[in-house]
Amino acid sequence: MSALTLAPPDVMIPVAARLATVDKETHDTFTLTLAANSREQELPAFAPGQFSMLYVFATGELPISISGDPAERGKLVYTVRSVGKVTHALVTSRPGESIGVRGPFGTAWPLKESYGRDVLIVAGGIGLAPLRPAILHVLRHRGDYGRLIVLYGARSPQDLLFRKQLSAWNYVPDTLIINTVDYGGLSWRGNVGVVTTLFRHVRLQPARTTAMVCGPEIMMRYVVRELLARGLSDEDIHLSMERNMKCAVGFCGHCQLGPYFVCKDGPIFTYGKLKRWMDRYEL
Amino acid sequence: MPTRSASAAALSVSALAELISTLQARGYQVIGPAVRDGTIVYSPIERLEDLPAGFSMEQEAGACRLVKRNDGAVFGYAAGPRSLKSFFHPAEIKLISAERDNGTFRIVSDAPSPPRTAFIGVRACEIAAVRIQDRVLLEDRYKDTFYETRRAHAFIVAVNCTAPADTCFCASTNTGPRAREGFDIALTEIVDDGRHVFLAEAGSAAGKELLRELPKAEPAAELRKAAEKALQDAAGSMKRRLDTDGLAQLLYDNFDHPHWDDLASRCLCCANCTLVCPTCFCVAVDEASDVDGRSAERWRRWDSCFTQSFSYIHGGSVRHSPKSRYRQWLTHKFASWSDQFGTLGCVGCGRCIAWCPVGIDVTRELAAFRTSPAAVNSQGGSHD
Ligand SMILES: Cc1cc2nc3c(=O)[nH]c(=O)nc-3n(C[C@H](O)[C@H](O)[C@H](O)COP(=O)(O)OP(=O)(O)OC[C@H]3O[C@@H](n4cnc5c(N)ncnc54)[C@H](O)[C@@H]3O)c2cc1C
Ligand code: SF4
Ligand code: SF4
Ligand code: FES
Repeated sequence: MSALTLAPPDVMIPVAARLATVDKETHDTFTLTLAANSREQELPAFAPGQFSMLYVFATGELPISISGDPAERGKLVYTVRSVGKVTHALVTSRPGESIGVRGPFGTAWPLKESYGRDVLIVAGGIGLAPLRPAILHVLRHRGDYGRLIVLYGARSPQDLLFRKQLSAWNYVPDTLIINTVDYGGLSWRGNVGVVTTLFRHVRLQPARTTAMVCGPEIMMRYVVRELLARGLSDEDIHLSMERNMKCAVGFCGHCQLGPYFVCKDGPIFTYGKLKRWMDRYEL
Repeated sequence: MPTRSASAAALSVSALAELISTLQARGYQVIGPAVRDGTIVYSPIERLEDLPAGFSMEQEAGACRLVKRNDGAVFGYAAGPRSLKSFFHPAEIKLISAERDNGTFRIVSDAPSPPRTAFIGVRACEIAAVRIQDRVLLEDRYKDTFYETRRAHAFIVAVNCTAPADTCFCASTNTGPRAREGFDIALTEIVDDGRHVFLAEAGSAAGKELLRELPKAEPAAELRKAAEKALQDAAGSMKRRLDTDGLAQLLYDNFDHPHWDDLASRCLCCANCTLVCPTCFCVAVDEASDVDGRSAERWRRWDSCFTQSFSYIHGGSVRHSPKSRYRQWLTHKFASWSDQFGTLGCVGCGRCIAWCPVGIDVTRELAAFRTSPAAVNSQGGSHD
């Protein structure tokens, strides 16, 4: 992982980057693109699944996954759902303003390890954001992988992210994208139901499939159950976990989950690592 | 053991005074134990008389009392409420200042360089705690440079502990009463038969060099023996014990043990234990900004897993019940810490026992899990 050039004196000190664009995805979700602040500044490379700590002046700092294409250098793309103080400040920031960045941090989706295999992506809500770099990577190296299946669930049609991109991907050979929503409304012709109901539309080859899953914890539990029932092994199921984070570098203690620090041992874990802890209520 | 070398010496009380002035002359700010607010805490020390000669602290679960001792011992007390954590990993520290100009901002990291500090009277458990924090803040994937700058230039005069409190159990955690590493000079105080001397041993080149400057005598074999015996007696006299064998497994396996409810019925979630604990490192970062919105600061502050906000994620806290928070604390210190960093997160200093307002005693609570292992070890309740 390369560090930010103009390396700050301490890992806790952000570097100010320039907010280049803010694009509306849905009523509450926006994609932000950061660019270098000056000619000397070079934004770091990242691996799909990693996150940054984004700092909004006088407001606060948050973990946000990188949602852009890992092959495109010189910018950092994030997709943020406005749910509270800092995410609201982020999505209402204007192009030209500075955003503080630290990172990238954390583990990545197992893309190298999945060469030649089928890749199954299961996403719920904003959970599609950290998975998009993985999808973009597979599409860019289409020949290196087997089938690509994306199962994606959102609350309503208005909440579906990256809709245009999703339908375009459906035309790529050996690629299957299926959406569902919890509540459809009158004009919705697509699937209705939680994301696990989509499993009946696909036939998996468990021995050659790697699953990458991100969404609310409860959804991930049900997805895991489904994947295990279809014969995937613990080690072929990868989950991205969410915990409170104040540092991202193992210093603040907030992100602990059993023996792990989600910031540095995760956020992406194999189910094999998590299974002992995931079902413990209030762990 | 570092005895028997030319770097050991017998120091008189007045040589201890010279140790302080020599450190000062070398530009160190000297911090040592002093009587303050009814306890003994690390404070800036100007001279020998500032040290708590003739005082001790009686400590019990939920209680700490300053008492007089009649032998004039300078270090005749065990761990006070403050640990070196207060100095190396301060309760509050400014991480950055930022200044806004027209939507863009500039980050100023204006950390002043901390003074060179010498610490006198540092117990073995305390040094072990610093080593544990080193592991977390310096020797893991990232380095905390705020900690590093404070830690790096510290000069440490350890005191091998001959006066453990009733709350101490460092013999069980193998972190005392003798300091084995991590000091520049270690003292063992001997007060008997009208003599008052310190057996001094150097633990570093700097310590050796400093000892050379002090008036001293070659330590007699008898003094070494007396020191050895005093430390053995101290280890043997500890009232509290902790069986550390298989502790991690015990706690992991007893996630649903009814004793957690019993604990939760007593614990106030006041966070005292995490604040006094010399190894607890958790922090939060708070934002402060001025009224006109032109400048902002980010402050790092000690935080505690006993607060509800600690585990907050959008929608609610992961650990909302006091029971789950107590369980996180105890399980972190005595189980997951070993997985994370290879040691217990506890050095047996007993601070959390003495400073718990309701007198919760980790040694007793942990023992309770052994005597009554949960009948059923269910894999947690069903969630949602
Ligand atoms: C590894 C990781 C990656 C993430 N990636 C994304 C992403 O790509 N897009 C996105 O929209 N959201 C993402 N999140 C969630 C995002 O960080 C939270 O939605 C955000 O912290 C909410 O903060 P707030 O101030 O807007 O909300 P409030 O509810 O007002 O939160 C108050 C404070 O609590 C803390 N907090 C609250 N929720 C979380 C949370 N889920 N995780 C960590 N701290 C929290 C923060 O310190 C926050 O400032 C990610 C979280 C993690 C841990
Ligand atoms: S847990 Fe208690 S006894 Fe152990 S190091 Fe912390 S304060 Fe001391
Ligand atoms: S999680 Fe709790 S016990 Fe562990 S270091 Fe943090 S405050 Fe201490
Ligand atoms: S976010 Fe601070 S330790 Fe993981």
